[in-house]
Order: sequence, then structure tokens, then C-alpha cells
Amino acid sequence: MKVNLKVWRQKNNNAAGKLVEYGLDNISPDMSFLEMIDVLNGELTRKGDEPVAFDHDCREGICGMCSMYINGRAHGPQTGATTCQLHMRSFNDGETIIVEPWRARAFPVIKDLMVDRTAFDRIMQSGGYVSVNTGSAPDANEIAISRTIADEAMDAAQCIGCGACVAACKNASAMLFVAAKVSHMAVLPQGQAERSIRAERMVAQMDAEGFGACSFTGACSVECPKSISLDHIARMNREYLGAKLTSENV
Amino acid sequence: MSWVTQTLSSSLGRKVIMSLTGLFLSSFLVIHMAGNLQLFKSDEGRAFNEYTYFMTHNPVIMTISYLLYTSILVHALMALILTRHNKSSRPVDYAFKRPEANSAWSSRNMGILGTVLLIFIVLHMRTFWYEMHFGSVPMAEYDGKQYKDLYKVVLVAFSQWWYVLIYVISMAALGYHLVHGFQSGFQTIGLRHKKYTPLIEALGTYVFAILIPALFAAMPIYIFLKANNFIG
Ligand code: HEM
Ligand code: SF4
Ligand code: FES
Repeated sequence: MKVNLKVWRQKNNNAAGKLVEYGLDNISPDMSFLEMIDVLNGELTRKGDEPVAFDHDCREGICGMCSMYINGRAHGPQTGATTCQLHMRSFNDGETIIVEPWRARAFPVIKDLMVDRTAFDRIMQSGGYVSVNTGSAPDANEIAISRTIADEAMDAAQCIGCGACVAACKNASAMLFVAAKVSHMAVLPQGQAERSIRAERMVAQMDAEGFGACSFTGACSVECPKSISLDHIARMNREYLGAKLTSENV
Repeated sequence: MSWVTQTLSSSLGRKVIMSLTGLFLSSFLVIHMAGNLQLFKSDEGRAFNEYTYFMTHNPVIMTISYLLYTSILVHALMALILTRHNKSSRPVDYAFKRPEANSAWSSRNMGILGTVLLIFIVLHMRTFWYEMHFGSVPMAEYDGKQYKDLYKVVLVAFSQWWYVLIYVISMAALGYHLVHGFQSGFQTIGLRHKKYTPLIEALGTYVFAILIPALFAAMPIYIFLKANNFIG
């Protein structure tokens, strides 16, 4: 199949960027979107042009690196999938495909389609952890956890930190990401020690990074490759308010 | 900063203020609606005037009404602060986006809908609230007691087609604001539960976003038809 690409090209964070058009023939409908970009980069390299810089790693939907805003949607037209899980058969022959980087104040463009998502790392460092004793490993099934709680925690733990929620949100809000992390640990017994501090610190760090507030449009959950539920946002709000009202931190 | 100001100035805290003021305003709609249904009575406005007398003289209602004015101001101010912050969170926008693929129009346009509501509230209060408190309203006498005849003011206002049109459009905006706002308000304060969220969503959609705005819009239409002798 043929595609007509319009790809965001930007030398570095300070340079002005623009959409540049590229035409590709002989694209297999079975290629993943990233493989199609590989083909483009092969052609650009042969011509002596700079290849398109983009993030990727696992190429199987688990690392969360492949951030691309495709035809007006985070990770393209499919739901419940990352860019690496998107195939060219999702597009029409001859279709124009616009590819842009995630857009958020907290995610500055590094180059072309690559953005700096270390804001997420700093949010994790602020409270997205549980403390454990070093020494011999505890018995795996020592603490009984009900099936419903385990499922709830696992659903939240599926978040791969891709940032599609931020990219899709009209406010560039990181609520779904932070909520998944807060929720995941708040429901488990292992997460209780830092429970209130976690909610307070992670929300404070989220605000400090310059993400927007939540308007509950639900766009995040629709575009999330792991379909993280809005329930977690409500839980985080509960955790945060509860922590603010009752914690010892004045 | 104390923990209180810090909480209230966080993104979550600001949304909590939006939610509490918004839900309080929503609860007021029910009271306002119940009272204004008196307009549908064919009694030359007596029941309506007695109701407005009660609303402007009962100390509890008067206290609540000041809370209400404050809520409107705080809600609108917080809306402005949040909207500006949210806009600044994406300084460079996408060249092409398809928000309709993942979210409802009303949820993305709360600020515009709210601005329509703010203009409406100012107009509405100028026409009725201001006249009632500071204007010259004709008097009516029931059982030897004097009442301000606000019903006459209502008749005059709603006999103009363009005024009625403004009300109908504003009530459509209210419906769209609340179809998202009512259930979102509960989410913001963390009230989401398998058992109750479907009820909240149904209440928000059918009662707050459809029934109440429709009844409010029916009032000016009814009075218009009556004042212009289209109906008896
Ligand atoms: C005075 C003019 C108004 C303005 C400028 C305004 C603006 C807004 C905005 C921008 C939001 C969304 C906040 C967000 O997405 O983060 C909102 C939410 C809301 N508004 Fe209004 N609004 C107004 C009047 C009203 C009225 C009259 C009511 C009720 C009768 C109301 C009820 C609500 C509710 C329940 C919410 C949901 C709060 C939440 O999402 O947590 N608003 N308003
Ligand atoms: S919540 Fe979903 S969209 Fe957001 S970072 Fe996690 S996996 Fe990605
Ligand atoms: S490259 Fe790892 S999720 Fe796409």
C-alpha cells in the first residue's frame, strides 16, 4: 500500500519545528506502524537525510516508549494498543497520516517525535514505591489478599507509563497515570505504610511538573493502551483528600 | 503555606472547590424549580408572589442565598483559574486532533457553557433580583397584606420573544453543563462506586440535565404564550 506521511520534524528543543511530507510506496499492510517508520528512516538515510527520531524499545506493548500522536489520536486510531501494536492495515491505501509528538508543557520535545518524559520518573520517585526490609525474602503468600483487591491492584499496575493519557487530555493532565500508581499501592496491604504520604507527595509533584487539572472528559481512559479505568482517578481523589484531612503533615 | 491553603491551591483542591460549589448550585436548582412552578398556576400570580415574599424574608433562606451568590462567584473564579492553568499545560497544540473520538463535547466545553451561564445569571438577576430588591415593583394585596407583585415583572419580561429565546438557549447550556458537571462533581470528591455511580449518572442526565432545564425553559415559553394571548 501507499501512504502519504506528514511527520513533525524538529532539530532540538529550542528549534522551531514543522510538519514535513514524505510519500512511501510498497508498504505491507502487515507492517507495524514503527516498521513503516523504519522503512521511511531507511529511505531518508540512503538519501543522506536525517532519519526521524522516535522512542521505541520493546515493540510489543509493554515498555510504553513508542509515543506518537497519529491522525489526531494518541497511539493512532486503535484503542487499547500502543503505536508498536498498530498495524498499517488500520489505514486506507493512499491515506494521509499526520504524526506528531506528545504535546504537553511537562513533556518537552527532545527531537522530532521524541519527548522528555522524566516528569513521570520524578512523580514516581516522590512516592510511587513501597518500603521493604532487606534480608531474607518474605514468604510469597504470607499476606492474604482477596481476589478482588488483587485484581484491582493488577488492573492499575498494568500502566506502562507511556503518557498517552497526558497526550490525549485536553488539559495535558497526568491524572490517570498518577491515579494508577497511587491506586495500585493504596489497595494492597504492602502499600499501607506510605499510603497518605504517597498521595500527598505524588499529587504535589504532578502539579509541580506543570500538568493540567482533571476535567473528567474520560479521553485518557479511552486512549490508554491498558484501558486504565477512571475509577482509579476517583480513588486517588479520595486518597488525597483523606490524606490531607488526616495526615500529620501540617 | 498552611496545609489548608496548600490543599485548596493544588489541582485536586481547586477541582474540589469547583465540585462543591457546582453541586451546591445544582441543589439550589431543585428549590428554585419547585418555587417557580407556582408560575404555572392560573391565579394572577398570587402563589408566586407569596413564595417570593417568603424567599426574601425568611432568615434561613436569606443566609443560604448569600452562600449561593458567593458560590457563583467562587465557581466562576475557580473556572477561570483552572481553565487558564489547563491551557498553559499545553503551550504548543497539535496540528490535527480528533477529540470527538474519545470524549463528549459537553465535557470539553464546560468553560464556554459556564460563560453562557454566567452571562445568563447576570441578566436574570438584573431583571428579577435587582428589581425585587432595588427597583420599583407594583404592589398587590392579598387578605389585607401587601406583597411586591413580582409576577407582573415576570409577565412583562417574558412577553418579549427575544428575552424568552435567551432563556431557552441558556437552559440548553445549563443542560449540557450539568450532563457532564453533575456526575463529574461526584468523581472529583472521590464518590464513585459500582452501586451508586449509575444512579448518580442517571440522576444527573435525566433530572438535572433534561427535566430541570426543560421545566425552566417551559416557564418563559408558557408566560410568553399567555401574555400574548396565544393560550388562555
Ligand atoms: C457562573 C458561571 C459558571 C461558570 C463560568 C462555570 C464553569 C465551569 C467549568 C469551567 C467547569 C469545569 C471544571 C473542570 O472541568 O475542571 C464547571 C464544572 C461544574 N459546574 Fe459550572 N460553571 C458555571 C455555572 C454553574 C452552575 C449555575 C452550575 C449548577 C447549577 C454549575 C455546576 C457545575 C458542576 C456540578 C461542575 C462539576 C465540577 C467537577 O467537575 O468537579 N456550574 N463549571
Ligand atoms: S495510564 Fe495508560 S495512558 Fe497513562 S501512562 Fe499509564 S498506560 Fe499510559
Ligand atoms: S515500543 Fe514498547 S510499548 Fe511500544
